[in-house]
Amino acid sequence: MKIEMRGICKSFGQNQVLKDAGFSLQSGEVHALMGENGAGKSTLMKILTGVYTKDVGTILVDGKEVMYKNPQEAEKAGIVFIHQELNVVFDLTVEENLFLGKEITTYFGFCNNKAMREKSEQILAMLGVKIPTNMLMSELSIGQQQMIEICKALMVDAKAIIMDEPTAALSQSETKVLFEVIHNLRKRGVSIVYISHRMEEIFELCDRITVLRDGGYVGIKDIPKTNMNEIVKMMIGREIGERYPGREFNTGKEILKVEGLTKKGIFENINFTVHAGEVLGISGLMGAGRTEIMQAIFGNLSYEEGNIYIDNKKCTIKNPEQAIDLGIGYITEDRKSEGLMLEESIQKNITLTNLGSVSNKIGVINKSTEDDLIAKAIKELHIKCFGPQHECHNLSGGNQQKVVFAKWIYTNPKILILDEPTRGVDVGAKKEIYNIINELAQKGVAIIMVSSELTEVLGMSDRIMVVREGTIRGIITKEEANQEKIMTLATGGIIE
Amino acid sequence: MNINKNKLSYYAQDFGALIALILLVFGISILSPEFRTFNNFLSLLRQSSINGLIAFGMTFVILTGAIDLSVGSVLALTTVLCASMITSGVPVGIAMILALLIGAGLGLVSGLLVTKGRLQPFIATLITMTVYRGLTMIFSNGKPISKLGNSAILKFVGKGNIFGIPIPVIILVVIFIIFFIVLNKTTFGRRVYATGSNWKSARLAGVNIRQTKTIAYIISGTMAALSGLILLSRLNSAQPTLGMGYELDAIAAVALGGTSMSGGRGKIFGTFIGVLIIAVLNNGLNIVGVSSYYQDVIKGLVILIAVLSDRKR
Repeated sequence: MKIEMRGICKSFGQNQVLKDAGFSLQSGEVHALMGENGAGKSTLMKILTGVYTKDVGTILVDGKEVMYKNPQEAEKAGIVFIHQELNVVFDLTVEENLFLGKEITTYFGFCNNKAMREKSEQILAMLGVKIPTNMLMSELSIGQQQMIEICKALMVDAKAIIMDEPTAALSQSETKVLFEVIHNLRKRGVSIVYISHRMEEIFELCDRITVLRDGGYVGIKDIPKTNMNEIVKMMIGREIGERYPGREFNTGKEILKVEGLTKKGIFENINFTVHAGEVLGISGLMGAGRTEIMQAIFGNLSYEEGNIYIDNKKCTIKNPEQAIDLGIGYITEDRKSEGLMLEESIQKNITLTNLGSVSNKIGVINKSTEDDLIAKAIKELHIKCFGPQHECHNLSGGNQQKVVFAKWIYTNPKILILDEPTRGVDVGAKKEIYNIINELAQKGVAIIMVSSELTEVLGMSDRIMVVREGTIRGIITKEEANQEKIMTLATGGIIE
Repeated sequence: MNINKNKLSYYAQDFGALIALILLVFGISILSPEFRTFNNFLSLLRQSSINGLIAFGMTFVILTGAIDLSVGSVLALTTVLCASMITSGVPVGIAMILALLIGAGLGLVSGLLVTKGRLQPFIATLITMTVYRGLTMIFSNGKPISKLGNSAILKFVGKGNIFGIPIPVIILVVIFIIFFIVLNKTTFGRRVYATGSNWKSARLAGVNIRQTKTIAYIISGTMAALSGLILLSRLNSAQPTLGMGYELDAIAAVALGGTSMSGGRGKIFGTFIGVLIIAVLNNGLNIVGVSSYYQDVIKGLVILIAVLSDRKR
């Protein structure tokens, strides 16, 4: 299937999100669509698939001008959009999900389970993935759920599949499976539009790349004939210099010591220390137990054995309140469901962790103290917004993450735990977040940074701890660390 | 993404109900000269105080993302207990204070069932609603308790006036002001909204979710007991069937006021307007002479229209 989009414009109210954007897709190619958050990638694809209607412009599919009124029409034409938030029903089985709304029925209108099971198995086999079709969706990993979404696309005989950040929540091994599936699809002549922020993946997987900036078309490149720096430059319209800004490394005294922390079946015998001014990177595959260890330290998950010492004093942390009182901050990996109250304003979100410092003894909030705090946060962290009352769901991913950082920075934490601090954040904002992390470290905050991006861990950490299946496989210094060593440890190998 | 537009829709939440209230008052005033008298407005406000106090308490619970079905039963149980304390010689003032404390305690039980017992709020308070009603029947033997004597304090609460303004109206307004300040100006208010808006995020931000919810239930129970005292004073007897269905009027008032049933969004001012709309409907439709069967249908339709007009596009 060939798709050609030309001169697409789209405004929401006074806000023009697309101006003269274009895109073209050849049959059987994997085409990356890149751009900072808010560049208009998703909007452009939503226009293609009939979620939104364009204001101006033409869309040609196989040479014929089309305009789909809704996603169902686009699906009928063979164009399927797999959204970042997966569209699955957790309480139904795999096959029930696959056939939802298009069940095969017998003559009397009953479900023909046998036929549906056979067809499901066929399609799963086509992708080369092994998932029992009678399993509940809720029992599958996110990676497997995503495979089911792709199966759904194949069920309607998709000729073009748009994937929005498909690897955002996948582990390394799941990503590998996904890539194999994508290669399979390409061989079958299916075209893929691949939206991602992960440069490495795009260079590994894609044939061509289209870059958008501020709602407009910037350019198209053949992947073999370009490089990351060029793409980054196209995306932001300037050089950003070093991806990971440098930092003076001067470690202070030991702040946090974790000794023998154990929760059977989740993590076992976890021992490590973090010092003032240090960034301890935590690497490992998805599901290795990294987040759980962090949640245990923060009191959001109980542990069975082990001790936590802060400033050489033994602490019992039973809930996040106690953790906060001891000077710990926690930036969760799931910004949307755990980090923010999306429907609430920037102000309400930031104040929530700082209630104590903006109120008097009986709990009455001092408005001017609060206003000052929020104004300071917006200014210091460069949060792009209309003001303190801007609701967080209207912010870009990067700015949302800055709000989450603001929640914690002004509590003056001694220890700050960052779980995937740059997930779903565009390149420009990433660098700003790295700068914030460095500033905090410089001020003597002990920082623990969990990250699935190897280059990020290597670029930002002073030491790197690798976790595999709930145990520590090794702690290596920045100087000795490289991608191979970390991956070896994370996948169960041994460094000699 | 226009901030002014956002602000407008933010305030429209209140104004939608407010406009409905004004239209209703005008409409019924034109139809009925009896309705548009000062005295009728005062008695309308007094009538609304019962549902108003319950709805104010309910607002806290709903803002945390929960619900309290037990308020009607709490009202009945506290009223019956208060009345039997009075008849058995406990000083009236003390009996009333005890009734409020019992109301708080009954709310606490619902709260603990939800937070510690991890029951869904609907189920938990369905249980307490049923049990409290049963206890009311047991304590009163299913009969009304009267012969409450001639206590001035008891009379004052329901029938008294200050400068011609009924005491129940004054209580309603004072409680409204206190709750308005609590919800908008205090850390507890922020915690209530945060709990309902996104409890996971609130928990990670150090908000004690369980404590916040439990306190909301305690407030709700106390308010139910307080409105029970007003009823006791006005009726001068305690009926064990008192307060049946009151939870629904309270929830309707909260919904009319634009508070989200899933929590996190809403205003106590909106609840006040919702309470007044229901009171105007009850009072006005009676005066105009609409049969009570039609009244319920009209009430339902008004709630439907109000909620639809509040819906965010």
